[in-house]
Amino acid sequence: MTLQTEAAAAPRLTSERPQNFYGRTSLSKRPRPLESLIQSFLFLCGALSIATTLGIVYVLGQESLQFFTNPEVSLTEFFFTTYWQPEAGEYGIWALANSTFITSLIAMCVAVPFGLGAAVYLSEYASPHARNFLKPTLEILAGVPTVVYGYFALTFITPILRAVFGVETVEIYNMASAGLVMGIMILPLISSMSEDALHAVPRSLREAAFGLGATRFEVSTQVVAPAALSGVTAAFILGVSRAVGETMIVAIAAGSGSLFTFNPFKAAETMTGYIARLSGGDVSYASLQYQSIFAVGLMLFLVTLVLNIISRRIVARFREVYE
Amino acid sequence: MTNSQHSTGHYLLEAHNLNIYYGTHKAVADVQFNVERHKITAIIGPSGCGKSTVLRAFNRMNDFVPTCRVEGDVLLDGQNLYAPDVDPVEVRKRIGMVFQKPNPFPKTIYENVAWGARINGFKGNMDELVESALRGAVVWDDVKDNLHKSGLSLSGGQQQRLCIARALAVQPEVILMDEPCSSLDPIATLKIEELMRELKERYTIVIVTHNMQQAARVSDTTAMMMLTDDRQSGTVIEVNETNTIFTRPKDQRTEDYVTGRFG
Amino acid sequence: MNTHSSTLSARHRIGKFWQMLLAAATIVGILSLIVLIYNVVNEAAGLAVIQYSVDPKLVLPKPLDELTNEEMIAAIEENLSKGAYQRANTDQPFNTRTKSELTKFVQERVLEEEVKGTWSLTDSLFKADQIRADAAKNYPKARLEFRQWLTLDFITQPMSSNPLYSGIRTAILGSFFVIVLTIVIAFPVGVGAAIYLEEYAGHHWFNRIIQTNIDNLAGVPSIVYGMLGLAIFVRALEPFTSGAIFGILDSNGRTIISAALTMALLILPLIIINGQEAIRAVPNSLRQASYGLGATRWETIWHHVLPNSLPGILTGTILAISRAIGETAPLIIVGASTFIAFDPNGLFAKFTVLPIQIYNFTQQPQDEYRNLAAAAILVLLVLLLALNSMAIFLRNRFSNRL
Ligand SMILES: Nc1ncnc2c1ncn2[C@@H]1O[C@H](COP(=O)(O)OP(=O)(O)O)[C@@H](O)[C@H]1O
Ligand SMILES: [Mg+2]
Repeated sequence: MTLQTEAAAAPRLTSERPQNFYGRTSLSKRPRPLESLIQSFLFLCGALSIATTLGIVYVLGQESLQFFTNPEVSLTEFFFTTYWQPEAGEYGIWALANSTFITSLIAMCVAVPFGLGAAVYLSEYASPHARNFLKPTLEILAGVPTVVYGYFALTFITPILRAVFGVETVEIYNMASAGLVMGIMILPLISSMSEDALHAVPRSLREAAFGLGATRFEVSTQVVAPAALSGVTAAFILGVSRAVGETMIVAIAAGSGSLFTFNPFKAAETMTGYIARLSGGDVSYASLQYQSIFAVGLMLFLVTLVLNIISRRIVARFREVYE
Repeated sequence: MTNSQHSTGHYLLEAHNLNIYYGTHKAVADVQFNVERHKITAIIGPSGCGKSTVLRAFNRMNDFVPTCRVEGDVLLDGQNLYAPDVDPVEVRKRIGMVFQKPNPFPKTIYENVAWGARINGFKGNMDELVESALRGAVVWDDVKDNLHKSGLSLSGGQQQRLCIARALAVQPEVILMDEPCSSLDPIATLKIEELMRELKERYTIVIVTHNMQQAARVSDTTAMMMLTDDRQSGTVIEVNETNTIFTRPKDQRTEDYVTGRFG
Repeated sequence: MNTHSSTLSARHRIGKFWQMLLAAATIVGILSLIVLIYNVVNEAAGLAVIQYSVDPKLVLPKPLDELTNEEMIAAIEENLSKGAYQRANTDQPFNTRTKSELTKFVQERVLEEEVKGTWSLTDSLFKADQIRADAAKNYPKARLEFRQWLTLDFITQPMSSNPLYSGIRTAILGSFFVIVLTIVIAFPVGVGAAIYLEEYAGHHWFNRIIQTNIDNLAGVPSIVYGMLGLAIFVRALEPFTSGAIFGILDSNGRTIISAALTMALLILPLIIINGQEAIRAVPNSLRQASYGLGATRWETIWHHVLPNSLPGILTGTILAISRAIGETAPLIIVGASTFIAFDPNGLFAKFTVLPIQIYNFTQQPQDEYRNLAAAAILVLLVLLLALNSMAIFLRNRFSNRL
C-alpha cells in the first residue's frame, strides 16, 4: 500500500463507525433463547426415533425373555420343532415360520417376474406417453390398503382356485390365495425399485451395445439388466421383507390354526397371522400366550430388520458405482 | 480482541495468515491482505484458486460448509471475526453479500428488500427504507410500479440489483460480491459496474471477478490470487493499486495472467 | 452373409416376442387393479332374498302395505316391549314419523326381517331368472329385491347386529378421530425431525445413527408398531391413555389416544423421510441469501426453507395419512373394538375404524357381510382417492414455483 492511502484512511476512523439502524458495533454473541429452545425441540424430534427403536427392542425383548425363561418353554423346542399349539403348551416356531415362508415364496413368484417385466418394459420399451399412464396406475396398486387385498384374496382368488383345483383340494382358507394376492401387493414395489435401478444404468452402456448391432431385447437383457442386477436384488430382498411382515392378507385369507405343511392349498397360520389373531381375542396380559406373541414378534422384527439392512446396503453400493 | 495486535487500525478488513481447509485439502494458504474503507477491492485469479473461499471467509459464510475449517484471523475494524465469542450472525449483518447467481427470495420485490431489515429489528418507516435501498441499487425506476410482483419476475440484471438493494437495506459496512456479473449480459453488467462506483461513496466493496477488464474498470485495489507451486492451495501473490497491477506488476505470474499469457 | 441376415431376423423375432411378454407383465399389474375394483363393486350391489322372521299374518291385521299410520303404530306398541317402544318414541315420536319411516320400523323391529342370501351384481344382471327361480323354490315366503349395499343409511347409521341395518358411522367417526389426532402428533414432530436432520445435524455420529435408524424404522412391519403400542400405550401408560388420571373410570387403555400414538409412531418415518426430501429440494442459494443478510438459522428456516418446502412436506404427509387410514394390523393389536354402536366422544373413548370394520365383516360367515365389506371398502377407497388427488394437486400446483 502506498503511504498516501494509509494517511487518508486513518483520520476517518472515528467518524465512520456504523451508522446503521441497529447501532451495534460489538460482534460478540448475543443470547438467543428462542433459537436454542427451538434447536433443542428439533433435536428431541429427531431423537424420538431412537426412543421408538429402543422401545420396540425393549418391549419385544423383555416379554420374549419372560417367555423363554418360562419352564414350559425351551429354546430348542422353539427353534427346532414344528408344532405350535399354545393351548397344549407346544411352541415350535417352525409351524408359523414355514407358513410365512410358503406365502412369501408364492408372493415372490408372482411379484418378481411381473414386477421385473414391468420394470424392463417401462424403462426400456414404453413410450413416455405410455409410461406416464402406466407408472401412476401401478402406484395406485401400491396404495390399496392391505385389508382390501385380503378381501380380494378371500372373495375372488380363493373361489377361482377352488373352481380350478377342486373344492376338495383347496380349502376355503389357504396359503396359495394369500400368497398370490400378496404378490400383487408387492409387484409395484419390485417394479418401481427395479425401474430406478435400470434407469441408473448409464446411457453410454446402452449406446455401446446398440452400436455393436444388438437388438433392443438383447441390450435390455444382456447389458442393462445385469448392470442393474444389484439394484434388482435389493428390490427383491425388500419385497421379501414386506411379504414376511404382511399381516392382513394372511389374517383374512390364509386361515387360523397353525399347521406345518408345504401344501399351499391348506389353511395355515403365519407368524403375523398368529400375532393378529391372538391379540384380537381376549388374552390376559401375564399369560404365556401373551408373551408368545412377543417372542414371535421379535423373530419377525429381526428377520425384517436384517433383510431391510441388506437391501439398503446393496442400494447404497449400487449408487456409488453409478453416481 | 485476541488478535488486535495485528491491527494497524487503518483498514476496515484485514486478513492475517488465513489458511482455509476443506476436509484435509488446504484450499487457501497464507493469505494476507487488507481492505480499505470506501474503496473497491477486486480479487482476481484463475478459476479454482480460492477467490470465493477467501471472500466467504470475510463474512463467515464458510460456516455452512461442514468440512470447511478456517485458520488465522480476519479483522473487521480490529475485531477478530473468528474469535470464539463472535456471533457469525452479527458479522453477516455488517458484512453483506451478493452472490454469483441472482438469488432473490420467491417473495414480492418489496418483501425481498424489507425482510432483512425487519429481522434485524428495523423499526422505522419501511416504505422509505425499501425505496431508498432500491434507489441505492438503481433499480427503483424499473420496479416502482410492481413492488408487489414476485422478485423472480424480473430480468437477470434487475434481479441482481434487487439482491444488492436487499443487502443495502440491512445497512452493512462492507458488501462482498462474488462474480456478481458472471450470469448477466453486457448491458446489465455495465449497470452493475456503474452502481458499484456509486456505492463506494457509502460502502466498502470487495468483488471477486475472473474478468480482468472488469477489475481494471471498477476497482481501486486489486489482489491477485494464484495456486501455489504444489498446485494444491491458492494464495494471494500480490496486492496493489489496480493501476499498478495492470501496468507494472511486481510478480511475473501476475504479469503473465493480466496480459493473458496464462489462465 | 446369408446366415447372418437370417439369424438377425430370428433375433428380431425373439425380441418382438419378449417385448410382448414384457408388455403383458406390465398389464398384469393394471389388470389386477381393475379386477380388484370390479370385485368390490360387484359385491356392493345385487339381488338379495329377504324374509320376515315373524309371520306378518300373526302380528298385523292386514298386509303391511295396506296399513294406515295409526294401525302401524298400534302394531308397534303391541309387539314391542314397553321399554323398547318408549325408547324409540323418545328418539322420534311415532306420530311425527312418515309412512315410509313407519313401514321401515315395522319391517325391522316387528317383523324382524333378515337376509337369507345375496348374489353379486353380475349374477343378478345375467342370471336373474335362475336366481328368481331358486329363491322362489328355497324361500317361498321371502321377497327378492335388488339391493344397493352402499347407501346413505349405511354411512350414517351406527352398527347393528342385523346386517340389513348395519352402518359404519362409528367406524368413519373413529377413523376421523384417530387420524386427526395422529396428524396433530406426527406432523410437528415429523417435520421437526426432518428440519433437524437437514438443517442442524452435522456429521456427528449421533446424527448419522438417527438417520440410519429412521430409514430402518420405515421398514419395520406395521404389526410390530402395534405390539409396541400395546405394551407401552395400552398397558404401561394405561392410567394416562385410559383417561383414569383425568377422572374417566369406565375405560381401559384401548382408546383413541393409544391408537393415535401408535399410528403416529408408524407414520413418523414416512413424514420425516418425505419432509427431508422436500427440504433438500429448497435451493441452497436461498439459504445463503438469507444468512448473508444476517438472518439466524431459525429465521432462515422459518421464513424461507419451510415456506418453500411446504407443498412437498404436505404432499408427503398426505401420503403418510393415506397409509395410516388404511392400516389395520397395528390397531387390531392395540385393541380396536369390533362392535361399538356409540359415537366416539373424546380421546379416551373406545374406538373402531373403517379398516377394522372391513376386517370384522370378512370374519363373519354369512353372505351379506361380504356385501357390507364391499360397501365399506368402496367408502375407504373413495376416501383414499380423494386424499391422493389432493396430494397430486398440491404437487402439480407448486412443483414449478422455484
Ligand atoms: N464446498 C467445498 N467443498 C470442498 N472443496 C471446495 C468447496 N468449495 C471449493 N472447494 C475447493 O476449493 C478450491 C477453491 O475453490 P473456490 O474458492 O471456489 O475457487 P474460485 O472461486 O477461485 O474459483 C477448489 O479446489 C475447490 O475444489
Ligand atoms: Mg468462485
